[in-house]
Amino acid sequence: MSDIEQRVKKIVAEQLGANEADVKNSSSFVDDLGADSLDTVELVMALEEEFDCEIPDEEAEKITNVQQAIDYVSVHLK
Amino acid sequence: MGFLAGKRALIVGLLSDRSIAYGIAEAMRREGAELAFTYQMDRFQERVTKLAANFDSSIILPCDVADDAQIDNLFVELGKHWDGLDIIIHSVAFVPKVALDGDYLDSVTREYFRVAHDVSSYSFAALAKAGLPMMEGRNGSMLTVSYLGAERSLPNYNVMGLAKASLEAGVRYMAQSLGPKGIRVNAVSAGPIKTLAASGISGFDKILGFNEKHAPLRRNVTIEEVGNTAAFLSSDLASGITGEITYVDGGMNTTVAAVVG
Repeated sequence: MSDIEQRVKKIVAEQLGANEADVKNSSSFVDDLGADSLDTVELVMALEEEFDCEIPDEEAEKITNVQQAIDYVSVHLK
Repeated sequence: MGFLAGKRALIVGLLSDRSIAYGIAEAMRREGAELAFTYQMDRFQERVTKLAANFDSSIILPCDVADDAQIDNLFVELGKHWDGLDIIIHSVAFVPKVALDGDYLDSVTREYFRVAHDVSSYSFAALAKAGLPMMEGRNGSMLTVSYLGAERSLPNYNVMGLAKASLEAGVRYMAQSLGPKGIRVNAVSAGPIKTLAASGISGFDKILGFNEKHAPLRRNVTIEEVGNTAAFLSSDLASGITGEITYVDGGMNTTVAAVVG
């Protein structure tokens, strides 16, 4: 598992109150991990903080599962 | 012993650990206040209950501040836990997100104007009216949270700036209403902070960046810093202060710019 993948999964688990073991690359925040709309906004804010990047609203809307978060961060990491 | 020992505070507007209300709760609890919280709708109950536990509070009551019946009920329910109340913290604002994007005149409508002023400004007066019977005779304090957009225009803040201007005027009028009863009314005008609410403001990261560059302290402020000032203003240490807007913004309101170009 890459460093980014590990960090993303850790944050997802923390923010959504899930076990890290249950956070798969394919896990959907809403459907699999039980996030509501506020949780997803908070999750994006936590990712921005962890990776010191800005995720604009229109991009954030497209990040709905773990793999998409990993992909976004990998491309935009400073 | 903390400077809020023996005080009982109702905090309206806690939604996450990034909320300004969270920073205020943290400081007030540290200084010895007992806290109670509200949640706006059922789906936030569990969330607020968890956050409140961080402050040893198990008084979590429903209240949508747009509904007078719920506000009245809030104090009926609070009265079952406490025989009096010293402090109300109002840290609430709302307008649909589309009103916080683009040109002011393009984005404002009669309905968005109404909602912004109702939820973000009138609700403070509504809480004061309904909470007053529990607060009389106790050196009480009411405090709200504003932003510089009340006084100066900036991109995208739009009708929320008007609502905050109304809220700040309300602080001065409420101070006159309640001063003779020994209750003080103040506001903290916080610098931009990335909260859940702020995430609804278009281009908010740019506002954060601008402040970081130009504020005399050359950084943005934290919810802890706003919380410490709010705790002070709510305490008897601030017994001579009422009707004031106090800036916790790294000095941004005092300057035009730090550098040109």
